[in-house]
Amino acid sequence: MKRQRRNFRTALLFLGPSLFGFLLFTAGPLLFSLGASFTNWNLQRTIPMRFVGTANFTSLLADRRFWLFLGNTLYLMLGMPFAIFGSLWLAILLKRKIRGIGVFRSLLYIPSFASGVAILILWKTLYNPDFGPVNDGLRHLFSALHVHWDAPQWLQSTRNLAALEPEKTSINRSQFGIGARDAINFMGVWTAIGGNNMLLYLAALTNVPEELIEAAQLDGASSTRCFTSITWPHLAPTTFFILVMSIIGGLQGGFEQAKIMTSGGPAGTTTTLAYFIYSLAFEQYRIGYASAVAWVLFGFVLIATLANWRFGNRAAEYI
Amino acid sequence: MLRNISRQTLLKNAGTIALLSFLAASAVIPLLWMLFTSFKPLQEIENGALLPKSWHPENYSAVFRQVPFARYCMNSVFVAAWVTFLSCFTSAMGAYAFARLDWKGRDSVFKLYLGTLMVPGVVTMIPNYTLMVQFHLMDSFTGLIIPSAFGAFGTFLLRQYMLGIPRALDEAAEMDGASHWSIFLDVVLPLSKPGLMALAILTFLGSYGSFYWPLILIKSESLRTLPVGMMVFDSIYGRETNLLMAASLMSLVPPILLFLFGQKHLIRGIILGSVKG
Repeated sequence: MKRQRRNFRTALLFLGPSLFGFLLFTAGPLLFSLGASFTNWNLQRTIPMRFVGTANFTSLLADRRFWLFLGNTLYLMLGMPFAIFGSLWLAILLKRKIRGIGVFRSLLYIPSFASGVAILILWKTLYNPDFGPVNDGLRHLFSALHVHWDAPQWLQSTRNLAALEPEKTSINRSQFGIGARDAINFMGVWTAIGGNNMLLYLAALTNVPEELIEAAQLDGASSTRCFTSITWPHLAPTTFFILVMSIIGGLQGGFEQAKIMTSGGPAGTTTTLAYFIYSLAFEQYRIGYASAVAWVLFGFVLIATLANWRFGNRAAEYI
Repeated sequence: MLRNISRQTLLKNAGTIALLSFLAASAVIPLLWMLFTSFKPLQEIENGALLPKSWHPENYSAVFRQVPFARYCMNSVFVAAWVTFLSCFTSAMGAYAFARLDWKGRDSVFKLYLGTLMVPGVVTMIPNYTLMVQFHLMDSFTGLIIPSAFGAFGTFLLRQYMLGIPRALDEAAEMDGASHWSIFLDVVLPLSKPGLMALAILTFLGSYGSFYWPLILIKSESLRTLPVGMMVFDSIYGRETNLLMAASLMSLVPPILLFLFGQKHLIRGIILGSVKG
C-alpha cells in the first residue's frame, strides 16, 4: 500500500511536464472550445459576450456554406482510396527481391517527406493553365494524337468529375470536367502514394508467412487467389489503421492547399471545413461560431473513427 | 525447366523494374522541374524546355536580396530544434511513467492521451490562440515553441518503445538502490536512443513544416518561419517563378538532409507510431 502511494507520487513527477502541457494545451482547450461554441464570442465586436445556447449549431445547420464546404471536404477525400491502394501496390512491387530496389523506395518516398508549403507552391506553378508544364505537356500530347481537346483550367476551374454545380447543391452536366478540386486530389495522390502508408504496408508484408503462400501455390492457387485469401487478410490491421488515420486527416484537411493555392476558390469550391473555420476565427474573429463548426467537425471524426472501430474489429475476426 | 523458370523470373523482374522506373520518374520529375526552373532566367520559363539554355545560379542570391530568407531559415531551425528537444524530453518522462511505473489510474490516463490523438488541430487551435493572447505570447518564439513542446503522440511512441526494453534491467538497478530518476537517466533513456532518434526526426520535420500555428501567431517579419515566409514570398514575387522555385528548393534542403541521414530512424518511427498498444 505504501509502495503504491510512493509509486503514484513518482509517476506524477515523471508525468508532470507532459501532463501539464496536456491539460493546458489539449484537454483544457478542448473543453474551453466546447463552452465557446455556445456563446456569441467575437474578438472584434464591442457587444459583451453572452451565452446563446444552441443558436450557433442551429444557424450552422441552416448555413448553406457549411453543407457546401462539407461537400468539398468529402470530395477532396476521393483521392484517398487511390492513394491507399496505390501504396499497397507499390509496396508489393518493392517487396520483390531484386538488387538495388531500395533506390526506388527512396525516390518514391521523396514527394511525401518534401510535402508542405514549398510543394504546394510548386504544384500551383505546375498547374498554371497558360504556361504551366502540365498543360504544356497535355497540349503536346493532344496535338500528337490529333485530338482537339481543351486542356483543363485546373486550379481556376469550378468543374469537377461529379458535375457538381458551384455554390449550389445540385448537379449540372456542363460542370463535368477537371477543375480545382480534382487538381488537389491528383496532387494528394502524388504526395501520399509513396509515403508513410507504403512504408507501413512494406513492414506489414514481411509479416505475411511466406510458407503459406508457397504451400498455396503448390496446391495450384493463382497469384490473385493467394493475394485475396492470404496476403490481404494478413494486412487487415494495417489497412484498418491507415484507413482510420486517413479519414481523420481527410476530414480536417485541405487548409494548406486552400490557403496557399486557391484562397478557397474558385467560387468556394476548394474551401474545406478546416479552411472555413480558419476564416471564421482568424479573419472574421467569430470565435463562438468557429468553435461550433470545429466541434461539428470533431463529431464527424468521432463518428467515423467509432464506425471504423466496429467494422474493423469485425474484419479482424476473419483472420 | 530450371532455365525456363529463371527466364520467367528475369522477365518478371525486368517488368517490375520498368514499372518502378516509370513511377519513380513521375515522383521525381516535378522536383527536377523545380530544380531546373530555379536556374532559368525569367524569359525562359514559359518556353517549355526542361533544361535551361543558360544557367543562372545568381537566382539563388536574388532570393536572399528580396526577402530575409536566411532569417526565415534560422527562425525555422531554431524553433524546430527547441520543439524537438523539449517534446522529446517531456515525452520520454511521460513514457517512463506509462511504461515503467505501476500506479492507480495509469491505463485510464493513457487512454485519455490516446483519445486526444484524434482531436482535430483546429478544435484546440482557437482556444490556444486566445490563451497566447492572455499570456502576452502573441508574436513571439515562446508562443510558437511552448504549445508544441508536449506531444501525446511522442509519449505514445516512446511508451511503445520502452515496453520493448526488458524490465529485468531496471529491476536489477532498483535492487542496487538506484532511484527512479537514475534508472530513467542511466538505464532506460540510453536504451531508448533509437526510439528517441525516431521521435526527434519526426518532431523536427513536423515543426519545421508547420504552417497554421505560425501563420496565426506571428505578425513581425523578423520572427517569420520558412513556411509563412514562403507564402509571403509567393504572394509578392509570385510572377518570378525562377526565384520562387529557388526558394522552395532551398527550403527543402534540411528535410532532405534529415531523410538522407536518418532514413532508418524515420522508418522505425513511422512504424512504431502505428502500433496500437
